[in-house]
Amino acid sequence: MTRRERGPSAANQGEPLAVRVGLILVALAYLLLFLMMPLLAVFTEALRKGWAAYVHAVSEPMAWSALKLTLITAGVAVPLNLVFGVAAAWAVAKFDFPGKNVLVSLIDLPFAVSPVISGLVFILIFGRTGYLGPWMQAHGFKVVFALPGLVLATVFVTFPFVARELIPVMQAAGREEEEAARVLGASGFTIFRRVTLPSVKWGMLFGVILCNARAMGEFGAVSVVSGHIRGKTNTLPLHVEILYGEYNYQAAFAAASLLAFLALVTLVAKSLVEWRSGRRQEGAS
Amino acid sequence: MSIEVRNVTKQFGDFVAVRDVSLRVPSGELVALLGPSGSGKTSLLRIIAGLERPDAGQVFFEDQDATHSDVRRRGVGFVFQHYALFRHMSVFENVAFGLRVRPRATRPSKADIKQRVMNLLELVQLDWLAHRRPSELSGGQRQRVALARALAVEPKVLLLDEPFGSLDAKVRQELRRWLRRLHDDIRLTSVFVTHDQEEALEVADRVVVMNQGRVEQFGTPQEVFDHPATSFVMGFLGSVNIFHGRVQGGHASLGPLEIEYPDHPHDEALPAAGYSRPHELEVRRSENAGGGFWATVRHASITGALVKLDMATDDDRPVQVDTTREQYEKLRATPGERLYVRPRQVRIFVEPDKAPAE
Repeated sequence: MTRRERGPSAANQGEPLAVRVGLILVALAYLLLFLMMPLLAVFTEALRKGWAAYVHAVSEPMAWSALKLTLITAGVAVPLNLVFGVAAAWAVAKFDFPGKNVLVSLIDLPFAVSPVISGLVFILIFGRTGYLGPWMQAHGFKVVFALPGLVLATVFVTFPFVARELIPVMQAAGREEEEAARVLGASGFTIFRRVTLPSVKWGMLFGVILCNARAMGEFGAVSVVSGHIRGKTNTLPLHVEILYGEYNYQAAFAAASLLAFLALVTLVAKSLVEWRSGRRQEGAS
Repeated sequence: MSIEVRNVTKQFGDFVAVRDVSLRVPSGELVALLGPSGSGKTSLLRIIAGLERPDAGQVFFEDQDATHSDVRRRGVGFVFQHYALFRHMSVFENVAFGLRVRPRATRPSKADIKQRVMNLLELVQLDWLAHRRPSELSGGQRQRVALARALAVEPKVLLLDEPFGSLDAKVRQELRRWLRRLHDDIRLTSVFVTHDQEEALEVADRVVVMNQGRVEQFGTPQEVFDHPATSFVMGFLGSVNIFHGRVQGGHASLGPLEIEYPDHPHDEALPAAGYSRPHELEVRRSENAGGGFWATVRHASITGALVKLDMATDDDRPVQVDTTREQYEKLRATPGERLYVRPRQVRIFVEPDKAPAE
């Protein structure tokens, strides 16, 4: 590595070798300490009692149901936020209307509010003594302490990801292509499907990946509305927390390793998308 | 198909882009909307296309009121300043787009679409690039793809927004001659926006000179150049010498110039300015004919057959004179010498408070 650093590009930067190596070491140490070590720790702890214990911990019914619930919640929340995000970004980037700035600020709201508060708000609305709670109970809907509540909380928390990712991409693309399509006789939906969407598909995919990562890992809001009913309303992060609270470290880390694994898959997908879209942009310029 | 615009006004916030403009483009003509930036020419073009809705006034296509008809149903071809090609589609797909998005009942068959697209690409001499992406083309090629795409839907009117604006000078020249020839072949009523007076005068059948949202003059290139209706048109089309002064009692006193001005016989003095193009001034060694003034030669630059004289009046105001090489050699004038300058033509505009762009 050091040999490479002495290459022609490093030579003309004029910094002494010691400074360069020092800075790189600091950066590497930081990465190691705050990113790599925790990740390694998760897998080491998970496998501390051997492979059999690990397999048992991740295949016991409670872990399975938590994993399933996490995937279902993300599976519902992400498509919902994809539809919403695309619609919002399209509206914000391509049209002028009164209240546009308010909408943009509203999209960011979940970033600004603590997830726990968002969870509490849903309890306040749908809970047993909440605004809509009694009516819902009378009509047999169960939101809080059930799957709909988990989905709602997740949707709320992961709401901005797709829209935030798409708005700048769509704004950068401008409105001229859409106008051109309109003059050529295309209907609104055709323009959206054949002109707007293809030009932002990589940005969209990127937003979906980020949204999904957050949806699967969400703890705060989900924790409040879940009620922690094991095997029923426990998502993977909640499951980890319960196991940890019971001093069952090995099982907790085993479950956490599943989450870490999902995160790694997401990261790889994200890098692939970045690499693809980066290559496309190079080709376009 | 003729285009008519009646009393059209368009405002963006506090900015009035188009003020009460009326205009008629006869069928089959190529008309230029010429003006400085912010003069409302692009807004007017977009209103004709239906991309912008006028606040007041009407737009007629072939005497049919089209003011409220949707841009999709107006049958216009529009070429955008920055081409607006669909980046993710090939050249072929770009041109085919307008045909492919038609409702099934009026959509041509696949073979027909292919045939028509290839014919159009041949027309713009780009059939060999059909499978390239727009990003792989040069500016001039993109512009021609944009034109082919606009023509693919068989528009009744072709509208072009600064069609050569983002091209370099040489490509620009070629492309505008090519556009003129293309127009002569297909005879499609066309309107294009430009801020380049040379381009407008060279390419268009008629020129609409716009300023601050108003039409200053509408006429053939020769009319607007030789008989400018306003001081703005005079100043905008080519370089000009301006002599400020006043008119009173049938006489104009314009700095060094004293001229009869029967159009204003009244005793009241009004501010006025006289305009003479450099080639409308002649220089002599003697004062025999009168009606001119003495000025000192500062610099003479020989540009081919023409000699540009950079002169100054006795009170040090600059005067530009264009003379022929022949004339100049006959005079044998050298810098520092005083010569008599006499305008062959001066156009006087009273109240020149609307200062020209120069």
